[in-house]
Amino acid sequence: MAKTVKLLSENFGKIRPDSLEDYLNAGGFEALKKAFTMKPLDIIEEVKKSKLMGRGGAGYPTGSKWEQLYRIEKFPKYIVCNADEGEPGTFKDKLILNYDPMKLIEGMIIAGYVFNSNHGYIYIRGEYPDSQNIMQTAADVLEKTGYLGENILGSDFSFHLHVRTGAGAYVCGENSTLLNSLEGKAGRPRKKPPHLAEVGLFELPTLVNNVESLANIPYIVLNGGDKYASFGTEASGGTKLVCLSGNVVNRGVYEVRFGTTLREIIYELGGGVPNGRKLKLVQIGGSSGPCFDETLLDTPLCYDATWKNGITVGSGALLVVDDSNCVVDFVKCITEFFVHESCGKCTLCREGNKQLLKIINKFTEGTASEKDFDAIRRISDAMTNGAFCGLGETASRALTTCLEYFKDEFEEHINGKCRAGVCSFEKGGE
Amino acid sequence: MKMVNLKIDNVNVSVPAGTSILDAAKEAGIKIPTLCYHPDMPFTASCRLCLVQIKGKRKLQPSCATPVKENMEVITNNPMIREARKTALELLLANHPMECPVCIKNNKCELQRLAQELNITDITFEKCSDMLPIDDQNPAIVREPNKCVKCGRCVEVCHEVQTVGAINTAYRSGEYNVCTAFQKPLAESECVFCGQCVNVCPVGAIYEKDDTQKVWDALNDPDKFVIVQTAPAIRASLGEEFGMDPGSLVTGQMVTALRNLGFDRVFDTDFTADLTIIEEGNELLERLENNGVLPMITSCSPGWINFIEKFYPELLQHLSSCKSPQQMFGALAKTYYAQKENISPEKMFVVSVMPCTAKKYEAARPEMNSSGYRDVDVVLTTRELGRMLKEAGINLAILEPGKFDEPLGISTGAGAIFGTSGGVMEAALRTVYEVVTGKELENIDFTDVRGLEGIKEAEVDIDGTKIKIAVANSLKNARELLEMVKSGKGDYKFIEVMCCPGGCIGGGGQPYGTNNETKQKRMQAIYKEDKNMKIRKSHKNPAVCELYEDFLGKPLGYKSHKLLHTYYTPKK
Ligand SMILES: Cc1cc2nc3c(=O)[nH]c(=O)nc-3n(C[C@H](O)[C@H](O)[C@H](O)COP(=O)(O)O)c2cc1C
Ligand code: SF4
Ligand code: SF4
Ligand code: SF4
Ligand code: SF4
Ligand code: FES
Repeated sequence: MAKTVKLLSENFGKIRPDSLEDYLNAGGFEALKKAFTMKPLDIIEEVKKSKLMGRGGAGYPTGSKWEQLYRIEKFPKYIVCNADEGEPGTFKDKLILNYDPMKLIEGMIIAGYVFNSNHGYIYIRGEYPDSQNIMQTAADVLEKTGYLGENILGSDFSFHLHVRTGAGAYVCGENSTLLNSLEGKAGRPRKKPPHLAEVGLFELPTLVNNVESLANIPYIVLNGGDKYASFGTEASGGTKLVCLSGNVVNRGVYEVRFGTTLREIIYELGGGVPNGRKLKLVQIGGSSGPCFDETLLDTPLCYDATWKNGITVGSGALLVVDDSNCVVDFVKCITEFFVHESCGKCTLCREGNKQLLKIINKFTEGTASEKDFDAIRRISDAMTNGAFCGLGETASRALTTCLEYFKDEFEEHINGKCRAGVCSFEKGGE
Repeated sequence: MKMVNLKIDNVNVSVPAGTSILDAAKEAGIKIPTLCYHPDMPFTASCRLCLVQIKGKRKLQPSCATPVKENMEVITNNPMIREARKTALELLLANHPMECPVCIKNNKCELQRLAQELNITDITFEKCSDMLPIDDQNPAIVREPNKCVKCGRCVEVCHEVQTVGAINTAYRSGEYNVCTAFQKPLAESECVFCGQCVNVCPVGAIYEKDDTQKVWDALNDPDKFVIVQTAPAIRASLGEEFGMDPGSLVTGQMVTALRNLGFDRVFDTDFTADLTIIEEGNELLERLENNGVLPMITSCSPGWINFIEKFYPELLQHLSSCKSPQQMFGALAKTYYAQKENISPEKMFVVSVMPCTAKKYEAARPEMNSSGYRDVDVVLTTRELGRMLKEAGINLAILEPGKFDEPLGISTGAGAIFGTSGGVMEAALRTVYEVVTGKELENIDFTDVRGLEGIKEAEVDIDGTKIKIAVANSLKNARELLEMVKSGKGDYKFIEVMCCPGGCIGGGGQPYGTNNETKQKRMQAIYKEDKNMKIRKSHKNPAVCELYEDFLGKPLGYKSHKLLHTYYTPKK
């Protein structure tokens, strides 16, 4: 029986976000105190042992990222928390921001201590004004009480937190774009290398981590990396906040151990598909994630296991789509999203998404032909292999994976049939 | 220099650290297609045509923007790479008005050439052209955004090289494009009409306003006496329009070609360049003697004048009041020469051939009509002259050299070097020294002020008095000097500024393909021209001396002020 765990979400709903007292009573800042007694490299060692993989989507091992930044001998360094949470179907960072902001801040202070960095920025999505207020209030409280600012807890370490608002574009969640946006520049990505660890915010070495990644740091410091890792699998340490949305009975955010299967999450926690409908497809990781059908539901949530099945954990979003939906219509909505969100800088993404949408529209209008599969393949291959940033690279993933699993439905559309009856022409098929 | 060893398509290559894969491949004899890349500018890596595969990397990488690493293994050609490049190009073409036969860039267009090189014969994707308005509401530059391939070069050059920032990338996705603030016409923007964006645009999306028809009309008009003046820098570049190597000096052929086109007289702006030296040199001396505003800054580069009027109006007092040689020429043609030849100035039509788009704007300034008529009627760029000659079936490369008409075609080596950064300064020093000291200058080559370097400084000894001078090319460097002037640093007495990087040899009206390498060659050609001249000091130009004797009287005299000097207007 699948269970949720309360490791990261322990305080959710139990403490007042603006109350230092509540947070301290819940064990807050014990990790920071412990961190101050540790050597930075020892903290990094614990983070490595924890097998914490970046929770922002790319799944890069946080310990390695920290080690790389640590080795760069250029100062000052900056700590940036990515709270842009723009990935559709992803709403887990918001819970941390709203229900346990001080834990996130504690994680950032510890990061600051590790890298001897005195400034942290938290870049919060423009659509989360309440989260901005809560974070700012929490930061103000901590500033007044000596947990932020000069000489934290009487130590000689100082850390200032700056709460900033996002510009409202999806691509601003991409880490280099986020830094440009923080600097007041246009929201378009930078060429990497140079890596942000070398040339980051204001061209200085910078750590960019997701909210969930940073909020796990206090637990890891306090309880040790091994303990954290033990919640998960061989490849993926700890727990994950999973966002369940779409055609499921119980939508919401669940904290689960890595290793829990997707079926358990969807059926046991989510209560399965409502209204007697059948599950048609699942998209994992948000709009940029891959789609698959029920054949992969027994895949455990784990960076390794998903990878072996050609999918990814991504941000931890699970979108369930039932059989009242049309696959072609579904990918059309996703492609419309990417057409809207492409920053326009590079040819493949700017022109590619536009052309992909044109082709998909031919399918939904019944004017597509076999040749269009070729064009989709050419464009999506080129985008995946050659777009400037992650947005263009992943924009066609839903389309290509749906073609893998549901090509027959696309073919039916060529013949003017939409089995779900969603597309404008006559209902039929199967 | 640290060398890096790598393998490109299984060929061992050793290049200096920091080299891009693109340049390293060149070393190995491998040509990688590029569109957004420009050798003199930072990369934008936006076109994705130069993608290559690097062993160990999942994604293809842009070779223009990726530095080499020790032991890197690069593949530049396999089906995946070819497909990605071709798809990128086809996607661009699907959103491009294919008007090649009627496009100003036809045959010189990088997009067109790429389509050929990548063997594109069909666009499988749906056509979807943008419908943005053309901006031609200024005398110099036309923007046709529907042809833009969003390479970003123009924005780079406008911001980084010129620090003007008139244009920028804006909006996102399909609407992403290059435009001025609030989509205003260029005429209402900060644009100084330098044309550097034109020089770097790989396609026909920004170009000079074509005035060739006006010249044809004048040439065909029996009532018009049509004379032409040629700027110092075009004789070192016009040959490129006819397939000659950069740096080919075609002074004589150019004269013949213009005569064959039907101009009544073929004159030389070098003549008024010499005249400028006399007026400006005397102005400098006057300012030095009478505690005038110093440093004095040259005023012959119209993009620069636009810049200082717009960005540093508080420093306008520093500008020499001399008109540019182009405008001096026009004013004298319609007065001195008209009287001499007994031609009504009304009938006289002055065409100038310039390396510059800003000269078109300058000629259209309302104050530039000293004779009561426009000093200069039409300005053609080097490229436009090239087009006219081709239209007339004239092949410059095979013409017998001719000679300029007299007297406005007589010039010196000092006038010739106006075409390159440092030239005005050097020409001025040759004259000022001799005027002040009354002695003959032994070594007339002031090599300190030569070269493509952005800011050059020197100290010259004029009969015991040391004066500090500086030379800047490109507006970024001009800005740097102005900031020094503003803050009282530098202590210069005389500054030469040219708007375009390298000076007029790199002007916004020069043949396409202008880059540091071609500029270097054009510069050498200009100094060769100087060396070849019998007379190399402006004040020794006999025609200029005669002009003063017969007409102007003396430098900075009444007539000079009326015809050869001007004023400036703050335009902030
Ligand atoms: C188009 C795009 C959007 C992204 N949006 C987000 C986001 O909203 N939040 C986030 O944490 N990471 C986002 N990322 C991933 C970040 O670039 C980066 O990998 C992450 O912030 C690193 O933190 P982590 O290692 O803790 O996951 C996005 C990436 C791309 C390419
Ligand atoms: S892939 Fe290109 S166009 Fe798309 S968001 Fe990234 S940089 Fe912008
Ligand atoms: S810009 Fe180039 S490709 Fe486009 S119409 Fe002109 S010549 Fe042809
Ligand atoms: S002409 Fe010069 S100032 Fe004007 S947009 Fe082009 S580069 Fe900028
Ligand atoms: S106008 Fe020309 S130089 Fe500027 S982005 Fe477009 S294609 Fe490039
Ligand atoms: S030439 Fe390298 S990306 Fe355009």
